[in-house]
Amino acid sequence: MKYVDEFRDGKVARNLAQSIAAEVQPERRYHLMEFCGGHTHAISRYGLRDLLPPEIRFIHGPGCPVCVLPIGRIDSAIELARDHGVILCSYGDTLRVPASERMSLLRAKAEGADIRMVYSSADALRIAREHPEREVVFFAIGFETTTPPTAVALRQARAEGLKNFSVFANHVLTPSAIQNILESPEVRELGTVPLDGFIGPSHVSTIIGSRPYEFFAEEFQKPVVIAGFEPLDVLQSVLMLVRQLNEGRAEVENQFSRAVTREGNLKAQAMVAEVFELRERFEWRGLGEVPYSALRIREAFRDFDAEVRFDLPYRSVPDHKACECGTILRGLKQPQDCKVFGTVCTPDNPLGSCMVSAEGACAAYYTYGQFKGAQPVAEAS
Amino acid sequence: MCLAIPVKVIELLAADQALVDVGGVRKEVDVSLVDGVQTGDYVILHVGFAINRLDETEAQKTLAMLREMGVAPEAAA
Amino acid sequence: MSADPKVVRRGYIRALDLKRGKVEMSHGGGGRAMAQLIDELFQLAFDNPWLRQANDQALLSRPEGRIVMATDSHVVSPLFFPGGDIGSLSVHGTINDVATSGARPLWLSAGFILEEGFPLADLKRIVDSMAAAARAAGVPIVTGDTKVVERGKGDGVFINTTGVGVVPDGIEISGHRARPGDRILVSGHLGDHGVAIMSLRENLSFSTNIISDSAALHELIAAMIRAAPDIHCLRDPTRGGLASTLNEIARQSGVGMAIREADIPVREEVDAACELLGLDPLYVANEGKVVAICPAASADALLAAMHIHPLGQDAAIIGEVVEDSHGFVQMETSFGGRRNVDWLSGEQLPRIC
Repeated sequence: MKYVDEFRDGKVARNLAQSIAAEVQPERRYHLMEFCGGHTHAISRYGLRDLLPPEIRFIHGPGCPVCVLPIGRIDSAIELARDHGVILCSYGDTLRVPASERMSLLRAKAEGADIRMVYSSADALRIAREHPEREVVFFAIGFETTTPPTAVALRQARAEGLKNFSVFANHVLTPSAIQNILESPEVRELGTVPLDGFIGPSHVSTIIGSRPYEFFAEEFQKPVVIAGFEPLDVLQSVLMLVRQLNEGRAEVENQFSRAVTREGNLKAQAMVAEVFELRERFEWRGLGEVPYSALRIREAFRDFDAEVRFDLPYRSVPDHKACECGTILRGLKQPQDCKVFGTVCTPDNPLGSCMVSAEGACAAYYTYGQFKGAQPVAEAS
Repeated sequence: MCLAIPVKVIELLAADQALVDVGGVRKEVDVSLVDGVQTGDYVILHVGFAINRLDETEAQKTLAMLREMGVAPEAAA
Repeated sequence: MSADPKVVRRGYIRALDLKRGKVEMSHGGGGRAMAQLIDELFQLAFDNPWLRQANDQALLSRPEGRIVMATDSHVVSPLFFPGGDIGSLSVHGTINDVATSGARPLWLSAGFILEEGFPLADLKRIVDSMAAAARAAGVPIVTGDTKVVERGKGDGVFINTTGVGVVPDGIEISGHRARPGDRILVSGHLGDHGVAIMSLRENLSFSTNIISDSAALHELIAAMIRAAPDIHCLRDPTRGGLASTLNEIARQSGVGMAIREADIPVREEVDAACELLGLDPLYVANEGKVVAICPAASADALLAAMHIHPLGQDAAIIGEVVEDSHGFVQMETSFGGRRNVDWLSGEQLPRIC
């Protein structure tokens, strides 16, 4: 696969790792937050931690839109399918997330609710066209990468005058989340969460550009390197961050220059702005209420807003008592710090969203086996 | 966070759609989010939509920078 | 020998409409309609001396050796896919379950649960496919059963196949026999079947040249055992893929495994399709592959024997069995990093994140 395989070259990876090892200042720690769940996944899947010197510490951020979706919103989605009899179209990731009363979309489906997995918002539109007699709701989630596809679907629905299609919008914003973390007392004042720099999200940045991060670098004096999706991209970005930190710089650098520009994808941004507006506040699992961090469908497209079409009272639901997703999402704890990690809470029986989503820190840790119990395997002769 | 993959545009279709190829697998995707997509372009595919074009010059520059580390990656096919 | 089986037995006023007809409740009722379905469809296709007896059971001769039995129910959707269908799948799957014990498969049974309204043309296609698969494998379908359920209570057709085979003395192949130092081999490219099936799912539609690898493996396995009679384990990595199979064996044997990503054969298209959907090829189903675990000293001979056989041309040694009380399957990535290859939890779903 072109533009993929070249960025997965093992030999180059080892050389990069050696350069990083040569340049880290001994006794210094480099706490790097990979905001994007895709990076968490890549670090685990390619065993990058094994290659890097111990001075590099990865902190997992809340860049997993499934992980930060509050239970109450999933309850609403289940309610739409179960009580309002709609065809609920959802991305695969959300189907297993545990909600209230030990329910999930998948369980609700098993109990008879018409819940269908889709790969694209276009699929949901197609289902609406094919079933004019049924209400079809698209359960939209995601950061800025996934929002434009929802915007396109809404514009199409309006252009076609579809009467039976609506969107349950849960799109959230990356800069708001980063700001929330940087402003949290643990990071800003107490220093209990040492945070030296950010590995910026790949695909969100293709849409929003590198400009929005300049504020963080400046205001909080933390370097940001926007990293591509492949393991070599991540390694190169780590090297760039180490250099910035060694040199005392706090800039925004763009390692993913093959897909990210300073301005981003203006066409996509315009389409999103046409369809969506900011919510004053939105609850994030683990972060609580974050102001101006999420999007709502605009007046002009109200007809296609599921929250307007259906009566969906929102009930905030706290996490399971033992669940540490909240602290893990904020980078305060690691999965192994959670008392139920790997015991009661496993991918088969997830208590919190960090374990359900493939991008979740806990799932990545568990699946790729980073937990302390794993003994290093002796080489067979 | 966002599973996306570079794909090659094989053919432009009606209604802002395009046929793309990755590793021999083909799919019809929506290209309305990216202006001026041409056959032969590489775009990044996410949830059935092209979200941006891939700049081949920049890609080569990045690979060259990686090459500086001493070992060249396999030449792109 | 009874009369020419191609002649429809007299007594049926009209032949089955195999082009436009549909399955009806009466076809499972035990009466004339059912008898006609069996005669004109099943018996005609499977035709062998046992079925011609038209008894409720098959009288079989006593084989030499220990008897092996395996059963499998098939609920695959879609029913027809590139490289096969539920029929051929059900024949291959059970033959393989029997064969991975080291046994020679001798006989199959086939039970059908048909949904009222299911097109007879599709049923005929499936049955003909089963017949062809059984004949090619040299394993007859000697007895069977048919039931019909009301419309809405079935997925078109469910098939159960049970197979019986015989293992010669001296062959001990079982999941609990893996030992540290053993080599792990796979017979070819992984993930073909799962990707072929997925490409047809409505919401994922992508087009690919990948076809299912569904195949009967008993002859490949026989060749493997001849080359390496001390094979410890054999298993076909069906649902859950290679990862699940290795984890199962590791647990059964109380060992760990160390495999190398670079040595695992996966076609570029399968890789690409999995990338597209966010899936891991190690967890994707196969229907014509076998995993073998053998003592290190036999590995080269085993590999050579596999390479000669058409179904084993792309076989590879992918790793070793190691001491590990945790039973982990660890993989060296192409990077030189390490990761665990864990059990599959739930169903692997395509993802956007």
